[in-house]
Amino acid sequence: MADQLINQVMWPLIYILCIVLPLVIAVAMFVYWERKVIGWMHVRMGPNKVGPGGVLQAFADVVKLLIKEVILPTKANRFLYFLAPLIALVPALAAWAVIPFSGKMVLSNANAGILYLLAMTSLGVYGIIIAGWASNSRYALLGAMRSAAQVISYELAMGLCLVCVMVLAGSLNLSEIVNAQAGGKGLFDWFWLPLLPIFVIYFVSGVAETNRLPFDMAEGESEIVAGFHVEYSGSAFAIFFLAEYANMILVSFLSAIFFLGGWLSPLQGWIPADAPGWISWLGAGSFIWLFIKAFVMSFFFLWFRATFPRYRYDQIMRLGWKVFIPIAIAWVFVAGLLKYYDLVSIGVGA
Amino acid sequence: MNPQTLQLICFYAFSLVTVASALSVITLKNTVHAVLALVLTFFSAACLWMLLDAEFLALALVVVYVGAVMVLFLFVVMMLDIDLEKMHEGFVKFLPVGVIVAVVMLVEMLGLIGVRAMHAHDLGVDPAAVTGVSNTAWLGQALYTKFLLPFEVAALVLTVGLVAAVALTLRERRGARYESASRQVRVDPRDRVRIVKMDAVRPSSASADEGTAGESKP
Repeated sequence: MADQLINQVMWPLIYILCIVLPLVIAVAMFVYWERKVIGWMHVRMGPNKVGPGGVLQAFADVVKLLIKEVILPTKANRFLYFLAPLIALVPALAAWAVIPFSGKMVLSNANAGILYLLAMTSLGVYGIIIAGWASNSRYALLGAMRSAAQVISYELAMGLCLVCVMVLAGSLNLSEIVNAQAGGKGLFDWFWLPLLPIFVIYFVSGVAETNRLPFDMAEGESEIVAGFHVEYSGSAFAIFFLAEYANMILVSFLSAIFFLGGWLSPLQGWIPADAPGWISWLGAGSFIWLFIKAFVMSFFFLWFRATFPRYRYDQIMRLGWKVFIPIAIAWVFVAGLLKYYDLVSIGVGA
Repeated sequence: MNPQTLQLICFYAFSLVTVASALSVITLKNTVHAVLALVLTFFSAACLWMLLDAEFLALALVVVYVGAVMVLFLFVVMMLDIDLEKMHEGFVKFLPVGVIVAVVMLVEMLGLIGVRAMHAHDLGVDPAAVTGVSNTAWLGQALYTKFLLPFEVAALVLTVGLVAAVALTLRERRGARYESASRQVRVDPRDRVRIVKMDAVRPSSASADEGTAGESKP
């Protein structure tokens, strides 16, 4: 009884903490990194006062947000107003359960991992909608409306991109998808090559799905102030913030897993396994590769933000429905043909 | 605690949530709360299916109904301006009709269950477990081999429904303004702005006075 309690409850809880706590720290550091990068791109300093080089800026912001008052607007729906940030946060954290960090480091090696991810990411929009409605504010409702339309449109494109990945890998399991990208041709064995347009569509849809610039219609501060979370303050706002950044990091990790070979080394197969010391390590798969890839992908989020002006609403809808979805549907057939005629090597030497 | 007891406890917990939230869908006064209760009903039904190892159905329910259909539904309900007092006025008046409909439905369902029970046969073991593949893989195999024709027919019916929905709602709105992306892209700045080259000229002293007269002096 006690054994089972420890095995079935304690260890999963510890594993979950091992993912969630670093994630929260990563979000804090990512916020600092974002402000720094955007500062450099704007030829500014960025935060540089708190801690050495401003590293502790994010923590100072968190403390500031936590000790601020949480304001409940007049005639707001009290229950839903406070529930909304939590509804936004839970799917953002829950999706991390199926992320394989390396061949063995995965919390839940679920067979239907992709489906689970789709289910979790599609739940995130509820937090935004409920926040928009419960705030009893016009701006918040407009932001929620835009966000819902945008997320649903881009979810379809994302789903079709994942169909292409599934067709090539022949599995819904994320670890098996990564293993399917193993081979002797280094980084040319990964799915970005046969699925190049899909890789682009997936990542851009991911940017749209997380409501980041240039697709941040839900917030659009020049039009609707701050959109769905305009009425939120203090810790409630901090939770929305955490959910948004956790989702950004999640999309970076997923792009790395689906298209950039996850934990596999970009030099796989090029370096003999009997090479001495660190040279053989370069060719071996490791979670460090995944982290590097995810870091590069997450840098694109910041780069986009500093570079592109905001899309117009009708342009976002046109891009999603008339460009991304048709290309993705066409590429499902291309992926099927690639697989049928064995033009892509799947998991050789995995 | 053996796994089966745990599963039983989970089953009752999820069923309780399902039934309670389904009841609150029809009893809650606030329509938005009712829709959210419906979302919870779907979600806990998905949890029940997950307990049965029907992982594909469970996740598809969440993706399709919770993630997409109910979001749009929630929006429609949020946009409605409903007078809640009026909604509850006719409760007593419509109660007999409601009771009759409920009783008829109950009798029909009981009859159906009774007929099924007479022809009851053992469903046997889970075919996915027998073949040793995951539920999703087995379902895919079965749908695309054994049940290919019904599956394709269902897809065709859905497509017809989709086309019909578009045909019913698509209409030319008078007075609405559209932007044509291709026309926007084809715009040539030379058609809109004429840049005139001219030599710089120094204004005469009289006109210079006129020009500065209108400006406010600090």
